[in-house]
Amino acid sequence: MTRRAYDDGRTAAYNYAYLDEQTKRMIRRALLKAVAVPGYQVPFGSREMPLARGWGTGGIQITAAIIGPADTLKVIDQGADDTTNAVSIRRFFERTAAARTTEATAAATIIQTRHRIPEQPLAAGQILVYQVPLPEPLRRLEPREAETRKMHAWAEYGLMHVRLYENIARFGEVTTTYDYPVAVNGRYVMAPSPIPKFDNPKMDMCPALQLFGAGREKRIYAVPPHTRVVSLDFEDHPFRIQSWTEPCGLCGATDTYLDEVVTDDRGGRMFVCSDSHHCETRRAEGHHGPMLAAAASIHLVEKEDAA
Amino acid sequence: MYVAVKGGEAAILATHELLAETRRGDPAVPEIAPAQIREQMGLAVARVMNEGSLYDPDLAALALKQAQGDTIEAAFLLRAYRTTLPRFGASLPLDTGAMAIRRRISAAYKDLPGGQVLGPTYDYTHRLFDFALEEGGETPALTPAPAPLAETMPRVPDILGQEGLMEAEAPPEGDPAPFDLTRASVSFPAGRDVRLQAMARGDEGFMLGLGYSTQRGYGNAHPFAGEIRLGEVAVSFVPEELGFAVDLGDLTLSECQMINQFAGSKDIPPQFTRGYGLAFGHAERKVMSMALVDRALKARDLGEAADYPAQQEEFVLYHADNVEAAGFVEHLKLPHYVDFQGELELIRRIRAEREARLAKGQDHLPEAAE
Amino acid sequence: MTGNAEILQAGFADPVFDSQRAFRTVLGALSEPGLVAELDPALTPPPGLEPATAIALLTLADYETPVWLPPALAAGAAGRWLRFHAGAPLTTTPADSAYAVITAGAEAPELFDFHPGDDQFPDRSTTIFIQCTSLEGGLPVILAGPGIPGSRRFAPQGPVPEFWRAAAANHARYPLGVDCLFTAGRRIAGLPRSTRIETGETR
Repeated sequence: MTRRAYDDGRTAAYNYAYLDEQTKRMIRRALLKAVAVPGYQVPFGSREMPLARGWGTGGIQITAAIIGPADTLKVIDQGADDTTNAVSIRRFFERTAAARTTEATAAATIIQTRHRIPEQPLAAGQILVYQVPLPEPLRRLEPREAETRKMHAWAEYGLMHVRLYENIARFGEVTTTYDYPVAVNGRYVMAPSPIPKFDNPKMDMCPALQLFGAGREKRIYAVPPHTRVVSLDFEDHPFRIQSWTEPCGLCGATDTYLDEVVTDDRGGRMFVCSDSHHCETRRAEGHHGPMLAAAASIHLVEKEDAA
Repeated sequence: MYVAVKGGEAAILATHELLAETRRGDPAVPEIAPAQIREQMGLAVARVMNEGSLYDPDLAALALKQAQGDTIEAAFLLRAYRTTLPRFGASLPLDTGAMAIRRRISAAYKDLPGGQVLGPTYDYTHRLFDFALEEGGETPALTPAPAPLAETMPRVPDILGQEGLMEAEAPPEGDPAPFDLTRASVSFPAGRDVRLQAMARGDEGFMLGLGYSTQRGYGNAHPFAGEIRLGEVAVSFVPEELGFAVDLGDLTLSECQMINQFAGSKDIPPQFTRGYGLAFGHAERKVMSMALVDRALKARDLGEAADYPAQQEEFVLYHADNVEAAGFVEHLKLPHYVDFQGELELIRRIRAEREARLAKGQDHLPEAAE
Repeated sequence: MTGNAEILQAGFADPVFDSQRAFRTVLGALSEPGLVAELDPALTPPPGLEPATAIALLTLADYETPVWLPPALAAGAAGRWLRFHAGAPLTTTPADSAYAVITAGAEAPELFDFHPGDDQFPDRSTTIFIQCTSLEGGLPVILAGPGIPGSRRFAPQGPVPEFWRAAAANHARYPLGVDCLFTAGRRIAGLPRSTRIETGETR
């Protein structure tokens, strides 16, 4: 069976995972080049997708080119499975590829993400697919593609270091908090997509394969498993990640990336894990944060009677 | 135990229902049919076909209906459909010289073979409301012209070309298949085929603004509207298995050829240069804007300075696509709270550190090491 | 058996899912250099192509990717099979090829004769299938670099010491260079240009 009809109100039949086979081959070829030259942005013939440019079409095209019936797909946005765009993309693959989906990080063979790397360390054999809005780490320094391409070709990254250092001179530290540039395999400077810099260390020597898709900008790049990924820094100003003074209000974790939730209009706020599945798993294991009852009162969580 | 409240999927499905209700509007008002849009809103249909890169008036009309008249959303629908269509190959080049003319004007010549054909145009309407349209009714019958139009009319640049006054435009060496920017990623410098494609599907408003900028001094344009023509052109295709051309039907096209000055160079005597615009349907403003920008983008080829936005191909090509632009501008609606939290953490910490320094009597940062 | 019958017998039974599974295996092979994987789609290759070579080419090649085959294969059933099933054009110039097939130890163009990409577009390079008698039991080399935790031993049967010297020189011009996929039977292993190679001679 090569075609699978799905009900979109008419009798239209689309290819498995939406993309035609020639397009999948083109993307697959680009992925192999991306893996062979880690961190280098491979141009590809990004297709018009039925979701808006800038809403994950690069990641969707990669997932569509790699997914098969044996896969289990997890889709997250801001670390959460229930964010609207994550729900929408998960539905897309359920409809077009009859994809088996999960929220459990460890159970997924493919994880498509926007803006986070899951807290649970990834394992060999898993593939993390990033949605990338602006693949060019040098773009804010030099808007012209013809110029940035030369800078990569000649590994001319001085400008990037100058910009980071200007930050330090002005603010005492590098003020980039997300999409913090990294050097991959000691050669290409790469945009890790707008993940918080908190997640950057997870990319280094990760046993999972990391694939990056920028649909609107028509670029694919990759970090193979066990590859050096170093956040750019200076000896006297080493790279450091975000930290919070309080634990997750729901599960009590002190080592996760936290989202801030405003609880009232009098300055009340709480911090909760951005990785919703990780937080839920911890609560199921019996961990409790200090704000669990308060969270129930603002309908962030609800009490479920134990079976 | 406490579990997360989840409503994402239900909320998304509810938006679809609300959208359908809003799109329909007051059910007491009769529903519009795509055929009515196709026939009575032809200029909007043309715009959607252009920006959607697909000649299909019926689907463009349906897209307009589904998109509540939002042309960018409608173009998006058309493009997402187009990308799934099988490709059989490329048509033979269109011959706009053989166009069955409905409108043809030249601002460069008082009269020319075939004459000035005003055709259907808003140009000489006074923009006064026709309140009779509120009620509807029959349009008055046309008065037939005393003589039929010429079957074909020569194109103005061809007339100039006979005299050697217009830059010749030959296909590139070997006449390679044109680039297809819907299938491959653009690299720079971009060929003219790439530029013209990008502009043909580019946003009409963006092209208009850029074209206008060249007239106002951001591009040094001194154009004459050599010719603008509207009509039907036959499109034909040679199927691999037949080996001869088959007529696929007619396309309604608008074409504009702008005549621009060029001082010449060491190898080329002074002559006029061309700015070219071509679009589906009646899309005069679009093709005129396109022709202005096409000429501006020739700056590099002609050895002119390229100081202004309309002359810079990366700027024009990357920003003309309204479906891409809308997607990226509107993606700011998506949650960004993870990144925003990073910014909050940073700004709070920098402020706290600053206050601590001020409290200790230091008023500036410790020197960053050189 | 007529030429046509021989061609029509041998494509993927299920092009969508067979090529998807095969691609994931090839992606894994190139992501983890020197790790031997097995391609499982059923396929009877034309004479001269290892099953793994044929499966991977059918997965990756099409009318956009010129393929270089050794002249004897290009002129024979393998060339016809590839043109028919993949629609891939054959080229006689190694540097024009997106994919190439050579047999380890046999006469073949040098790695440097194939396309290494260019400095702004290192992706415009040739990927070479190197057909071996086995992916184990040969002259061992030690691999290191992206995709390899520490180092990995790789010992395909077929490549001679000169080949490994050329492969090391190929790595030395990183990020330019060709990428290699070693095949034997249904087995496949990757050697992208990013991999450092230590041969017994230099260790």
